[in-house]
Formats: sequence, C-alpha cells, structure tokens
Amino acid sequence: MIRLLALAALLAAATCCAQERAIPLSQLRSGITFAGNDVRAMQNDDGANPGLLWVQQGETLWQTQGCSTCHGDARAAMKGVAARYPAYDATSRSVLDLDARIEQCRTTRQKAPAFGRESDELLSLAAYVAFQSRGMPYAVSIDGGARAAFDRGNAFYHERHGQMNLACTQCHDQNYGKRLLNETLSQGQPTAFPAYRLEWQGVGSLQRRIRACLFGVRAAMPAPGAPELTDVELYLAWRAQGLPLEAPGVRR
Amino acid sequence: MPDARISIPPKVNRNEPFEVRVQIRHPMETGYRTDDVGKSIPRNVIRAFTCRLDGDVVFSAQLSSGIAANPYLRYFAIAQSSGEMTFEWVDDAGVRGSERVAVTVA
Repeated sequence: MIRLLALAALLAAATCCAQERAIPLSQLRSGITFAGNDVRAMQNDDGANPGLLWVQQGETLWQTQGCSTCHGDARAAMKGVAARYPAYDATSRSVLDLDARIEQCRTTRQKAPAFGRESDELLSLAAYVAFQSRGMPYAVSIDGGARAAFDRGNAFYHERHGQMNLACTQCHDQNYGKRLLNETLSQGQPTAFPAYRLEWQGVGSLQRRIRACLFGVRAAMPAPGAPELTDVELYLAWRAQGLPLEAPGVRR
Repeated sequence: MPDARISIPPKVNRNEPFEVRVQIRHPMETGYRTDDVGKSIPRNVIRAFTCRLDGDVVFSAQLSSGIAANPYLRYFAIAQSSGEMTFEWVDDAGVRGSERVAVTVA
C-alpha cells in the first residue's frame, strides 16, 4: 500500500511539471491548412501576399527610426527573435509580446513617443521583425517569470466567456476542423500573426484577432495591450510549439 | 503614404510576354461607408494607373470603388530592348504615387 502511494506520488510529481497538451504536438496544424485554395495561394506567393507591403514599410522604418543603429541588419539580428515571443522581461517584470517589446525599446531606450497598438508603424515593424523568423519553429519559454502569465493565459483559454458562454478550448481544441456556419474552425494557432486578414483589408496583430474572437462570443473585450491578452498570446505561442512562423500570413 | 511592390522577372526575353505584378498599399475607401457617428467617409480610390516602358504606355487602368483595399494588378508586357518601366497612379484625394523598375532584356 505504501509502495503504491509512493508510486502515485512519484507519478504526480512527474506530471506536475510537464504541462498537458490538448492537441498532441504531432497533430498541430497551422490555420492556413483550414483555409481555402485562394487564401493559400495568396499566402504562398510573396508577389501576391499583401502583408509584404507592411514588411516593406517595416524595413524602411527599421532604417529611419534608428532601430538599425543598435541592432544593425535585422536579417541577422532579428532572426529567430519572434519565435521566442511573448517573453518575460526582467526590467518591467512582465511578459511582453513583440509589439510591446518594440514599444518598450522605443519609449525607454530611444525616449521617443510610442507608436500605439495597432498603429501602422508598429504593425509594420512587428511584421518586419517577425518576417525574419519565417519558417522557424515556435519556442517560447514558460519557465521562471513567465510561468505566472502562462498559468493565467491557460486559465483564460479554458474559462467560459461572454453571452455565448464559450471557452476557447471548446472550439479550437475539441471541435477544430468542423464547421461553424460557413467557417471551418481552426486550431486557433497564432503562426500567421501579424497577419493580413481579408476581413480587415489590412494587417492586424494577434491581440486584435483574439479580441475579434471575444467579440464573436459576445464577451467583454480587454483593451489592446491589456495583460490578459498578452497572457493568452503566451499560452497560444506555447501551444503552437514547433509550428513554423508564417508572418505575415494571410487569413480570411 | 504611397507604397508599392512591383515584381517582374529579373531577365526577360526579347519580344516575349513577361508578367508584371503590382501591389499598391491603399485603403480604397468606397465612399459608401459611414464613420462611428454616422458621417459619410468620402470616396478615396485609386482613379487611374498607368504603366510605361521607356515612355510608351504599355498598360493603364481605371479603378473604382469595387476594387478591394491594397489593389493587386497582374498583366503582361513585351519589351524589345532593356529599359525603364515606370508606374504612376493617382487617387481621389489627388495623392500621386510612382515607382520605377529596370527591365533587362536577355
């Protein structure tokens, strides 16, 4: 009996640290695999992908806004960076997503006014930085300072929200691939963002997409940049571990 | 802010059609929408687009409010010799944009 208890305790100890995954890593699918042929063709062809217009502006801003003075050539310096975000930042003692990190660099180091969430400039720079990691696998850290934010994001993802009383997990883990009216439910992977969404006729951030989902279930939408949204972003990035970044992706 | 991406093949063959692809960053505001307080947003679409090869018009288009934001144009052109291809467009607000690329005939 004691031996059994000890075994159970050992097992519990082993499972406590390894976070459980609703979708096994081998079955993760990018949102583009749920999209139609037109959208796929648009994303796969850089000559047709409108997101590259934002990347091009980001490249200009990288030079004109002084990013290159410290960081040098983004193609080398920013390679793989976006795959590690959101990440814990020791100076602000919080988890920052890529947009927040760029804003922080701008306001605290450059002493320049912030661009503002969802501004064209910030989206362009974020798209340009993320573009340097295209094809690289997601690999965020959820240890140390990021753990608390990850746990909050995890809880948010599994809580029910809004008048529809739906949790993220109910669509994106339990029912992906099925249809919701004329939409195919995706796994809710963040790989495309910042993405060109045809509905937006422009590039938008992952936070904007999460807010759109919350609007869809008639829930209160946290303001852009709210910590709740960053927590969910971190959870989603962990959940997408190993999937290649597609930024700037194209979505319906 | 006028901003465009042009893609043409790095080398083209004399008298053989080659593909020109143009993406222009533009809101293409239809004029049918209203803002949050019900005021109508004036139409602002790219009215005219012209592509010239060494001064000769090879393609031109009149766009209207039926075209989505960030219009994407794709057409074919023929070059007899290497030269410069220029692209010009103007929108309802009178903002002009232009871009130029070199065409190299192999």
